[in-house]
Amino acid sequence: MLKQIEGSHAVAEAVGLCRPQVISAYPITPQTHIVEDLGTMVKAGKIENCEFLLVESEFGALSACIGSSAAGARSYTATASQGMLFMMEAVYNASGMSLPIVMTVGNRAIGAPINIWNDWGDSMSARDAGWIQLFVEDNQQAVDVHIQAFKLAEELCLPVMVCMDGFILTHSYSQVDMPEQGQVDQFLPPFEPRQVLDPAAPLSMGAMVGPEAFTEVRFLAHHKQREALDLIPRHAAEFQSIMGRDSGGLIKEFDCAGAETVIVTMGSVIGTMKEVLAGMREEGHSIGALTIRSFRPFPSEALIEALKDAKRIIVFEKCLAVGMGGIVSMNVRMALQDFPLHVHSVIGGLGGRPITRKNLRRLFEKGLNDQLQETHFHDIDMEIVNRELEREKEQRQSGSIAENILHDVGVVAAAKTI
Amino acid sequence: MFQVRIHGRGGQGVVSAAEMLSIAAFEEGKHSQAVPSFGSERMGAPVVAYVRIDDKEIELREPVLDPNLLIIQDPTLFSAIDVFAGLRDDGYVLLNTNKSLAELGIEEATKRLPAGHVATVPATELALKHLKRPTPNTVLLGAFTAMSDTVQLESVCDAIMKKFPGKIGEMNVAAAKAAHEAAIAA
Repeated sequence: MLKQIEGSHAVAEAVGLCRPQVISAYPITPQTHIVEDLGTMVKAGKIENCEFLLVESEFGALSACIGSSAAGARSYTATASQGMLFMMEAVYNASGMSLPIVMTVGNRAIGAPINIWNDWGDSMSARDAGWIQLFVEDNQQAVDVHIQAFKLAEELCLPVMVCMDGFILTHSYSQVDMPEQGQVDQFLPPFEPRQVLDPAAPLSMGAMVGPEAFTEVRFLAHHKQREALDLIPRHAAEFQSIMGRDSGGLIKEFDCAGAETVIVTMGSVIGTMKEVLAGMREEGHSIGALTIRSFRPFPSEALIEALKDAKRIIVFEKCLAVGMGGIVSMNVRMALQDFPLHVHSVIGGLGGRPITRKNLRRLFEKGLNDQLQETHFHDIDMEIVNRELEREKEQRQSGSIAENILHDVGVVAAAKTI
Repeated sequence: MFQVRIHGRGGQGVVSAAEMLSIAAFEEGKHSQAVPSFGSERMGAPVVAYVRIDDKEIELREPVLDPNLLIIQDPTLFSAIDVFAGLRDDGYVLLNTNKSLAELGIEEATKRLPAGHVATVPATELALKHLKRPTPNTVLLGAFTAMSDTVQLESVCDAIMKKFPGKIGEMNVAAAKAAHEAAIAA
């Protein structure tokens, strides 16, 4: 059924259709609307046999899910930014204990300096935590991929993060085709756990494992994630046969076949890019795009297949490994190491900096003209940066970087969020 | 594609206005996108929200930089930010005020627009009258449908009732209708 609906509300409805048995909630922008809506739905009796837990912190939110999932209940929570950091010990425990929890991440920057806007800093901080990480490009996919996430998590016994751009998707209203309950039930069978905490049949979960077996346990975690590389496309195909929509999968190509230059990215920014790239192709440039939809596991083989004939790859990512450079591009480079390809790393959209058709066009032209540095900071104001560097050179007590820069930028620009 | 940018302050229903406008467009079978651009979420802080309306799917995710129409819910914003930034030469301005453009000091800024493309509505007064609250958003949406045929008044009223079912919705519908009639008469 077509609805004009907020992204968060659409996700809440999708999670409701998956018949969760335990939802734990702790509010943090920009995911709050999701758990708020789920709370309302549970209270109104719209989700049957579901316990909604309002917990005391993010650490509590995921810990509650660990407990309920271990007891055999389909469990869900959502978080973002500092909230994810606060639950980080539990993030590792959920995957280490093979618990198929689904968690939405409303992607938001990590402070300090505090920033409520979108980038991928939060999800990236958990990229090696053993969770599957699926990125979505619009709110239709957000709905569809959550439904696929429960199936994937439960088949593999691994937790799944569905990563959606904060505000840009969570807070935007758009048209979404909501699946029917019968369709979701057809796709997603009831949860059948491999391991259940049951007083009648006691067992130990989370045992200490020493050097004699830790490597093997970790290898199995890696092995299971690699299995997801087969399962994710299979589930996407099955989903499509029921819902009639191509949603999910490992990667998605956008006029990428045969293109000399390919932009590789994730998430919602592809929407704006598509328009720019279509214009450039019309002008005769050989340029296409590809999105990575499964970041963990990383779809190296699918990327090789799609990119091996390209000449130039420009990875656009809303995250930064400080002291190293791009994170997604690092992964792309490793996947493509046997091919004579030039992979540029572009860091953009940090802390919600708008990514526009105009600045993308400029960026792509630089790329086509080989003017991009190895690591390129998109739409950066170097004057502001240099002014601070000067200040630090001139005086020892140069003050707080964040405050100095805000002063330089001016309050008007700070208030002007466009 | 028709693009609207709504400016106001936290508490004036800027974001809700964008959402309702997008629902109204959807009701008419159009594609629509409403996105807020929050600053710090506090009462009184400048807030911007964007709406795009089109006959085909909207994938663009950038802020509305070149609006066809501006809704300005708070006339005290002119000194704080450049609300007219990017407004198209054939664009429209819908402004909540009981003052003249000269009194507000924006005569110069709006001079380039075609005649009849700038409308003022005393939306706060109308809101106080109909809602007993100074939230001008639905009043301005009613006036919007008099200014532009992008969406019809009926769809806006439906959208208001979807967003605020019951008594509150009804009061807002009355406010929107009154503003629409006043704008047509003006």
